[in-house]
Amino acid sequence: MTDPTAAPTMPAPGTTDGADEQAKSERVASLWSDARRDLVRNPIFLISAVIILGLIVLSVAPQLFTERSPYEKGFCQLSNSMEPPKSGHPFGYDVQGCDVYTRTIYGARNSVIVGILTSAMTSMVGGVLGLIAGLRGGWVDTVLSRITEIFFAIPLMLGGLLFLSMFDTGNVYTVALILMVLGWPSVFRIMRGAVLSNKHNDYVIAARALGAGTWRIATRHVLPNAIAPVIVLSTINLGIYISAEAALSYLGIGVQSPNISWGLMIADAQSRFLNHPHMLLYPSLFLSVTVLAFIMLGDAVRDALDPKLR
Amino acid sequence: MTLIDKAADLPAPRSEPDSGPLLEVRDLHVEFRTNEGVAKAVNGVSYSVSAGETLAVLGESGSGKSVTAQTIMGILDIPPGKITKGEILYRGQDLLKMSSEQRRKIRGRKIAMIFQDALSALNPVFSVGYQLGEMYRKHQGASRKEAKARAIELMDRVRIPAAKQRVGDYPHQFSGGMRQRIMIAMAMALEPDLIIADEPTTALDVTVQAQVMELLAELQREYNMGLILITHDMGVVADVSDKIAVMYAGRIVETAPVHELYRRPAHPYTKGLLNSIPRLDQKGQELYVIKGLPPTLTNIPPGCAFQPRCPMAQDVCRTDIPPLYEVKDADDRAMPGRGSACHFWKETLDG
Amino acid sequence: MGRYLVRRLLQAIPVLLGATLIIFLLVFALSGDPLQALAGDRRLSPAVAAQLREQYHLDDPWYVQYWYYMSGVFSGDFGETYTGREVSEIMSERFPVTLKLTGLAFLIEAVLGVLAGVLAALRKGKFLDQLVLLSTLLLISIPIFVLGSVLQLMVGVKWDLLPVTYKDEESFTSLLMPAFVLASISTAYLARLMRTSLMESMRADYVRTAVAKGLRRERVIGRHAVRTALIPVVTYLGYDLGSLMGGAIITEQIFNIPGVGSQLFQSVYLREQTTVVGFVTVLILVYIAANLLVDILYAVLDPRIRYD
Repeated sequence: MTDPTAAPTMPAPGTTDGADEQAKSERVASLWSDARRDLVRNPIFLISAVIILGLIVLSVAPQLFTERSPYEKGFCQLSNSMEPPKSGHPFGYDVQGCDVYTRTIYGARNSVIVGILTSAMTSMVGGVLGLIAGLRGGWVDTVLSRITEIFFAIPLMLGGLLFLSMFDTGNVYTVALILMVLGWPSVFRIMRGAVLSNKHNDYVIAARALGAGTWRIATRHVLPNAIAPVIVLSTINLGIYISAEAALSYLGIGVQSPNISWGLMIADAQSRFLNHPHMLLYPSLFLSVTVLAFIMLGDAVRDALDPKLR
Repeated sequence: MTLIDKAADLPAPRSEPDSGPLLEVRDLHVEFRTNEGVAKAVNGVSYSVSAGETLAVLGESGSGKSVTAQTIMGILDIPPGKITKGEILYRGQDLLKMSSEQRRKIRGRKIAMIFQDALSALNPVFSVGYQLGEMYRKHQGASRKEAKARAIELMDRVRIPAAKQRVGDYPHQFSGGMRQRIMIAMAMALEPDLIIADEPTTALDVTVQAQVMELLAELQREYNMGLILITHDMGVVADVSDKIAVMYAGRIVETAPVHELYRRPAHPYTKGLLNSIPRLDQKGQELYVIKGLPPTLTNIPPGCAFQPRCPMAQDVCRTDIPPLYEVKDADDRAMPGRGSACHFWKETLDG
Repeated sequence: MGRYLVRRLLQAIPVLLGATLIIFLLVFALSGDPLQALAGDRRLSPAVAAQLREQYHLDDPWYVQYWYYMSGVFSGDFGETYTGREVSEIMSERFPVTLKLTGLAFLIEAVLGVLAGVLAALRKGKFLDQLVLLSTLLLISIPIFVLGSVLQLMVGVKWDLLPVTYKDEESFTSLLMPAFVLASISTAYLARLMRTSLMESMRADYVRTAVAKGLRRERVIGRHAVRTALIPVVTYLGYDLGSLMGGAIITEQIFNIPGVGSQLFQSVYLREQTTVVGFVTVLILVYIAANLLVDILYAVLDPRIRYD
């Protein structure tokens, strides 16, 4: 059970010479500054960054874009059910007679929360455990690695279905929690691998020979070099988690009404797509563009951080 | 297509007596288009090799010696590489004007190449027997069985012990020296006219280096092949080569028969290189170092490319690019095969 | 090789036990009283209840229940549903359909993915390459349920080219569209993997050597470059074999396919615990088997990998 991660082109952490600390920190610094220079010149990065910035603004302050709130009384009028787009309601109405535009705008928040929360939590849990496993080695590593394999053996959708069926009501936080429980092993694996390949580099051995403690080696020598692949993975995963939330909500086991989720909106609109495409089109478009933006961002960051491609 | 047909569109076979050199490079220019601008890797290189002769091309990394070799072989990556000028004559025919199919037939069969790092130059997923046999199967239509038998023969010839048992082994299962022998065997397979060896011993242990060089020289004598030996190691050159071309920043700065070059260099760069070899009789003295760094190829200094590092540089060196002057003796007798691209070759030779 | 296999198998055991235990605990311990589900609206007499508790080992601690369950599984007995159906019988109905679906999806993925990847790598930077990059990016970012429902309604309903839902009597044509939907994301990833992998190997020294040997371009690429480039691609495909089956839930929901996914979905809703645990156990077994297969395949494909 070696490596089922879908991204085999993860950057190999730098492995070169340099037994002294200064050379190493310079190398790390130049990796990041090179990456930054590459990124600001990369149109893909710029486009996805602008989209993501827009999404964040949407989710922090949706009232900037629409005067109405989907949670207010009388927002949905059944008499408007499935009305096509018209002036003032550019995306039309859904089955319940709710304004699709307002709901789509407000849906961004949940997607962004799930994505960022899950990605942050998986990075924390997977990253810390991976660091411990890689540095300590021995039985700690064995036990943690076995546990990872167990979680890898449970497919994401299946696990989501089983875990989420335990909760009575689904909302963004339960979904994020479950996605974290199922998702941390991928970060763990990347982190552990990066730590292991850095651990045996000359500069780490030199630091150890000079009497640096485990903690110092971890924070000053290993972590700065191992963090890049984790950042890349977490960025790409952001999009994947957003997509997974939508899928779970679509199946009716993720975020549930009256909470708003693009996946839920799509599920409601699906059967009426042929006659009323607008109900499906707009939430799908927003969802796809969001996922696309995060995946493109991850790609761009990976290209910038991968020294092999230079 | 029969074998005879195939031979028809190839230049004359070796047995025919021919005048002139086997391979002649004339005024070759190669550039690379990079993000940082145009890198002028080769700027007017000319050299020649005859059958049975060994030419050593000496230079630091970035001097253009490998790019020249790759251009001769036709394995230069185009783009980013671009041949802007020059001719490469093989038995009088310009390789650069041939069709890609004609060139392919010359590669491996008439001109072969040995690479520096045999571990990465051999395909990791095929056995060495397969990779050697491929030469016979694809160039001569041999069957798999025949090819295998001849691969074993080849491995025997380059003195790999237990060739028969090891023919099915993979490159990573051999030692560095043995792998380089396999590279040599592969180049030698079709008994080419010319072999280009690009730093063939650089990746090897010092003790193994000598053995591999010896083997190469021996096989060259046996088949009367031309050999272009590309290296940055002055120690390797002395024993095996007939003449030397020293390259700097994409240009040949000095050519000479091997022993004359060692005795009396006519270019300050060559002189610097020779002085920086540690010598037993100068124990305790500080080792000479050529100051500064080789120029970036996107920004070659005006005039002589070596002038910023040259102890003898004068104003003229900063403005005029020195041509390859014919080097003459003190009493003005021509010294055959000698040339120096230095305005002050005479002073250098005497100094 | 033999010892390596044995070690790999031994390592798979804790993974299997751990994963099934998690599922078992999740499903049995955390859901409601199974007797309630069994009885439905009827009231059970205390005697019957006690007898049923005895029969299903409901009064024993969880690890004893787990032990009974797993020893049953290893002798081929997955238990019964509360309505008295053998779970293995349901499996024999459901698994063939999902196998067909995933098999077809796997085929689509392998053929399309490798082909698109190779073409893109050979036309690096040209139109075809850009097309492959763009279309794979779109496939990756359009959620599978959007793609599925839109295709279903356009291809199935509006243009009437393929069946809208699964039909037993024309299983191939009715599974074609679902298989494509199921394979879409994996195909896109595979194409990108094939592309980068081939581009990388075409830059490798040994490919330059193959050119220097005077081999034809077709042979240089088809034999020397593709052969090494396929190593990560084949292993990716192997891992995907396991995950396609587990990922078929959404596709089966959209196209109403009576396979493993929709059965699981249904059983989770009905709190039909024995069925859920049984099916998930088999899926985990498939995943572990696929991983083992990949490990062996990897060692076969790459002679540099040692068995020890």
